Amino acid sequence: MGGKVVTISSGKGGVGKTTATANLGISLAGLGKRVVVIDADIGLRNLDVIMGLENRIVYDLVDIVEGRSKLRQAMIKHKKFNDLFLIPAAQTRDKMAVSPDDMVTLTDELRADFDYILIDSPAGIERGFRNALEPADEVLIVTNPEVSAVRDADRIIGLIEAADKGPGKLIINRLKTELVKKGEMLSSDDVFDILGVTIIGIIPEDELVLSASNSGVPVTLNLQSKAGMAFNNVARRVIGEDVPFMNLDKSPGIFQRLVQLLDGR
Amino acid sequence: MTNLWSRLFGRAKKGSGATAKDRLRFVLQHDRINLPPERMEEMKREILAVIVKYLVVDEDRVEIDLEQRDRTHSKLVAEIPVVNTTNAGARAVNSPAVKADGGYANGASNGAAAQKEEKSTSVDAEVAEPIAGAGDENTVAPFDDEEKDAKA
Ligand SMILES: Nc1ncnc2c1ncn2[C@@H]1O[C@H](COP(=O)(O)OP(=O)(O)OP(=O)(O)O)[C@@H](O)[C@H]1O
Ligand SMILES: [Mg+2]
Repeated sequence: MGGKVVTISSGKGGVGKTTATANLGISLAGLGKRVVVIDADIGLRNLDVIMGLENRIVYDLVDIVEGRSKLRQAMIKHKKFNDLFLIPAAQTRDKMAVSPDDMVTLTDELRADFDYILIDSPAGIERGFRNALEPADEVLIVTNPEVSAVRDADRIIGLIEAADKGPGKLIINRLKTELVKKGEMLSSDDVFDILGVTIIGIIPEDELVLSASNSGVPVTLNLQSKAGMAFNNVARRVIGEDVPFMNLDKSPGIFQRLVQLLDGR
Repeated sequence: MTNLWSRLFGRAKKGSGATAKDRLRFVLQHDRINLPPERMEEMKREILAVIVKYLVVDEDRVEIDLEQRDRTHSKLVAEIPVVNTTNAGARAVNSPAVKADGGYANGASNGAAAQKEEKSTSVDAEVAEPIAGAGDENTVAPFDDEEKDAKA
């Protein structure tokens, strides 16, 4: 058995799955875990650029599945963490090139050597989602506090339950505290009331996420970033730590930053 | 109906966040049972059409609503006031109602009987989803209050 497969999914596109996967990968590696992140969004490869690894790609997920590459050959080591690897998606292929069974075979091989295998699911509920769901031990559902994203999250949760993969846990991304205070945005409590699924992370809207994706250095490596800190907290909850939700009203205090530094970030 | 009311008139007072929550509740209610709003209305009309073949019903006060506790627990609650035609003069006093309340369908019918009222016909209607551990929750509808007032 060994490692745990965690799939990051959402239903609706563009809510922050890839951002979450990259940051969780970095944070888990920062916490001393051996991690592989898999980009399962075949045809729309993105995780490589978000992690700043785009220029090292030789082989991809489809190459592994179709036997052109050994698993290890296709895994790209992160520049900063020796125990963090990326398996990129194929850019010019179609999602049908990989089957759910292929994903199970692949992840079973990885479980022996890694603590966490994170899978960045494509949007939608079709084959790509099925590929990402099949090997999952746990599913994290990313949503934004808005009607369409929450509705799609509900649909995904239903499908995850139907596949016997548990209800999943929720990451509420891009929360704008000022708007919630004015009553102009769904709060995390509202989203919880509606979906009834455990919340494992609340990530504020943060401009630094854009700078991070511009530079290919995930935001969790930026100690100034509240979103980065929130992602780091999610990682700690994933490994079973009991981390209180941070107060999103204040910028990270000196104490919190100190804790982060001591954590090796 | 009350839902529609609050959706129409709540908007002025509440922020758009609350509106978003109401709209989500509404839309998910239908998503989860896979029955869009218009089809639901159609079903209500059909249910009523069957009942009026047998009973005289006070159609203005018919209420058939879907109640949802969470993703997997839904129930259809109907309150259908019946006009007591054998005794037309006493209509306002004894107004039996057909009540259909499936409880949360869980196989064991441990709920419906307990809430039977005098002059009410309680109809057990199991709702689609198989649900465990519920069924204790019953709606008692205050259907005769207005009529008593009206008579006095
Ligand atoms: N907390 C945040 N604050 C600000 N911007 C964010 C935040 N999270 C994500 N974004 C931005 O939202 C956009 C979409 O993010 P991302 O690509 O991670 O979504 P996705 O769910 O993977 O999309 P897709 O469905 O296309 O795969 C990106 O431009 C990203 O920078
Ligand atoms: Mg993505």
